[in-house]
Amino acid sequence: MLDYETLKLIWWGLVGVLLIGFALTGGFDLGVGALLPLMGRSDEERGAVVESIVGTWEGNQTWLITAGGALFAAWPLVYAAAFSTLYGALMLMLFALFLRPVGFDYRDKLKDLRWRKAWDIGLCIGGAVPALIIGVAFGNLFTGVAFALDNTVRVSYGGVFLDLLNPFALFCGVVSLAMLLMHGAAFLHLRTEGAIQLRARRAAIITGVTTAALFAVGGMWLAQRNGLQLLQIGDVNTALRPGDKTVGMLAGGWLHNYALYPRTWLLPLLGIAAALLTALSAWRRWGWATLLASGSAVTAIIVTAGWSLFPFVLPSSMDPASSLTLWDAVSSQRTLGIMLIVVIIFMPLIMLYTTWVYRVMRGPIRVSQPGAGY
Amino acid sequence: MIPAADVVELSRLQFGLTAMFHFLFVPLTLGLSWILVICESVYVMTGQQVYKDMTRFWGKLFGINFAMGITTGITLEFQFGTNWAYYSHYVGDIFGVPLAIEGMMAFFLESTFVGLFFFGWDRLSRKQHLLVTFLVALGSNLSALWILIANGWMQNPVGADFNYVTMRMELTSIGQVFFNPVAQAKFVHTVAAGYVAASMFVLGVSSWYLLKARDTGFAIRSFAVAAGFGLASVCSVIVLGDESGYTAGEVQKVKLAAIEAEWDTAPAPAPFTAIGIPNQKEQRTDYAIKIPYVLGLISTRSVDQQVTGIKDLRLEHEARIRHGMTAYAALLKLQAGDTSPAVKAQFEAAKKDLGFALLLKKYTPNVLDASETQIKAAAGDTIPQVLPLFLSFRLMVGLGFLFLFIFSASFYFLARRNLAPQRWLLRLIVWSIPLPWVAIETGWFVAEYGRQPWTISGILPTRLSASALDASQLHFSMFGLLAIYSALFVIEMFLMLKYIRIGPAALHTGRYFGETTNDTSALPAQTAASH
Repeated sequence: MLDYETLKLIWWGLVGVLLIGFALTGGFDLGVGALLPLMGRSDEERGAVVESIVGTWEGNQTWLITAGGALFAAWPLVYAAAFSTLYGALMLMLFALFLRPVGFDYRDKLKDLRWRKAWDIGLCIGGAVPALIIGVAFGNLFTGVAFALDNTVRVSYGGVFLDLLNPFALFCGVVSLAMLLMHGAAFLHLRTEGAIQLRARRAAIITGVTTAALFAVGGMWLAQRNGLQLLQIGDVNTALRPGDKTVGMLAGGWLHNYALYPRTWLLPLLGIAAALLTALSAWRRWGWATLLASGSAVTAIIVTAGWSLFPFVLPSSMDPASSLTLWDAVSSQRTLGIMLIVVIIFMPLIMLYTTWVYRVMRGPIRVSQPGAGY
Repeated sequence: MIPAADVVELSRLQFGLTAMFHFLFVPLTLGLSWILVICESVYVMTGQQVYKDMTRFWGKLFGINFAMGITTGITLEFQFGTNWAYYSHYVGDIFGVPLAIEGMMAFFLESTFVGLFFFGWDRLSRKQHLLVTFLVALGSNLSALWILIANGWMQNPVGADFNYVTMRMELTSIGQVFFNPVAQAKFVHTVAAGYVAASMFVLGVSSWYLLKARDTGFAIRSFAVAAGFGLASVCSVIVLGDESGYTAGEVQKVKLAAIEAEWDTAPAPAPFTAIGIPNQKEQRTDYAIKIPYVLGLISTRSVDQQVTGIKDLRLEHEARIRHGMTAYAALLKLQAGDTSPAVKAQFEAAKKDLGFALLLKKYTPNVLDASETQIKAAAGDTIPQVLPLFLSFRLMVGLGFLFLFIFSASFYFLARRNLAPQRWLLRLIVWSIPLPWVAIETGWFVAEYGRQPWTISGILPTRLSASALDASQLHFSMFGLLAIYSALFVIEMFLMLKYIRIGPAALHTGRYFGETTNDTSALPAQTAASH
């Protein structure tokens, strides 16, 4: 069996993999949903846009559900503290997500145009709002969340809902939205033809450049902010009591890891380059290259965020020592080991059958004639 | 600081409502998916078009229901973290495992293939499509397995131990958690109840078509599938329901005593109270009609073992609270850094009762300074309200036997090829469509309300499990959930009834009631978007 320290590190990576898995697959669904009113002008066109994701979005969203489940199993305290401190934001995201399963399934169930239009608005909200809130939540990791732990490891809260909407977090929300719009546009650009494809191409060019610019600005902003530093913690190869550590504050602290390991500067640079490459490939009409570039940008941006926080995963603004790290907010060695085996067995299987489903559903989406489709 | 009482009550109400609402849609997903597999298998084997139409039509209704199941399911996954943060910290090391496995092993399978079920008809061979349908059914049922393993662990928390360093329960044996007898019995009982609900649904809708003398060929075949599947399922529900009565775990004992309003420990084998009105205040059952021996036989499967009564359980719990207080005292020393062998030994000896001491937190935050009255009150808390459990349980069991009668009669008249004249039966079935849902919800009520005051039986009181949120946050979420859920429910019911009325004509094959058979030009193209 692997030692505890290694398992803790592996699980930091695996949580990242699941989040990236969601951003790469569910991410373009959210983006396509958010872009729906812009990409489809007529009812038939919107039908075609929805058709590009309707058969596969459900499996893609499962990455989010599974990431939630894995968080519960591998980082229970992170799951508990993050979900309860971000209560209002998560409820809003939940309400927006509600509109998706019913939206996709019910929009074609009646002939009425208003009915379909209403669901299409729902799908747009269901795409844009979660994309924004996920970014705001990530932004709050950098500003710190208002919680503290007591000696029974109970989470208490200090903030109010509006604290979550601080300028930096909102900015991160916009980065996340731009990034997923880019990914959605790249996907649509590959899957569709004609007018929709042209619009998707334009959207990919605009959002690609925007994402690169916003991400770079975000990095510069982060350099001006204070970040946490883990000064002292017990033996990371053992079970640790959360909160038993010394944490310091440092100007520009969230970029400290890049100073320690200068080669990791490649990560944010890759994020910017790949987002620009997305715009370039869309301009040159390279379908696959656009999607690959935007996928690389999404991955690099998420890894950059995670690596900036490392080893923190949920910083606290109320009591820095209560901040959760990948060392002290994890499950037992046994649970991490068992879950690792589960991942090793099922992840390749999931990839395999998901690929098969995409292969079956492949082929360009065509806009059907008015009147058909019901 | 433990959360305020009103926040705990609101969180309980929210969880109860959202879980019960979710479970309006789960049974149909669990059962209808297998009915689709059965219909499609017959289609693949015989090539008869009507079975493909059956798969597609019931699949349409499956889809309307499935979307709501997915919608309402996400809420539950979020809620453990949002509203039950201390619970998530305290038992996530164990409880999170089945939930995570559910995601990777089951939910992924179900969600990835469900799209292909709807949109893959023209892209897959017959056998490939059947495989897809089968994988959807397998995925949703495996999903139920892992959820019930998690739920079973809440009722009977095996394979776990308290770690005072991390202040939480930790996994000691994954095998014990997976093969928890409570979880296994619950799984079969719950999925079989879902099969009964789905069978009653198909049986009822088909009966309605038969009563209206429309689409009879389609309806009678659907009726036959549902009657057979339903009869087999209702038998396993009843047999496994009995298995669920088997008293593994502390809470199960209390639940059993409460369900049976067994106030005093009766000499073995205990009698079964068939009818009566439990009186919690006086601790007796008024107007009781008792059947000798039956309770003892069902619950202990013996004639010489006792079924412990409520009064005795309460005394036992009082002793466990006192014992738990020594564990709590030792825990405080351990936390303060005194890890001497004597303290450790004191903790080890009493830690199985630590949870009982935590019941005192409701009365005194320091636990150790609890007065005699507080200890007695905490022991009293371990006994749930008897009357609602007693009545719900009897309602559930009564309905179960009604279903047995309905499926047997359906099967009998179908086999005698004498169904059409039995209009009374067809009408009874139509009116019975909602009843399995009533039985299922009361069953969940008995299981979960009967577990109070615990979230984890004997380990963690509900009062401590909730997040210390502000009541206004709960008001916000509750308002949003109620508003959206109500709206979606109305829409779902509207679509469901609409498509039931249209019937298989919704497939636009030109072969069914209300379609003009020769006007094929009116048929829309089979686009992928029209499922």
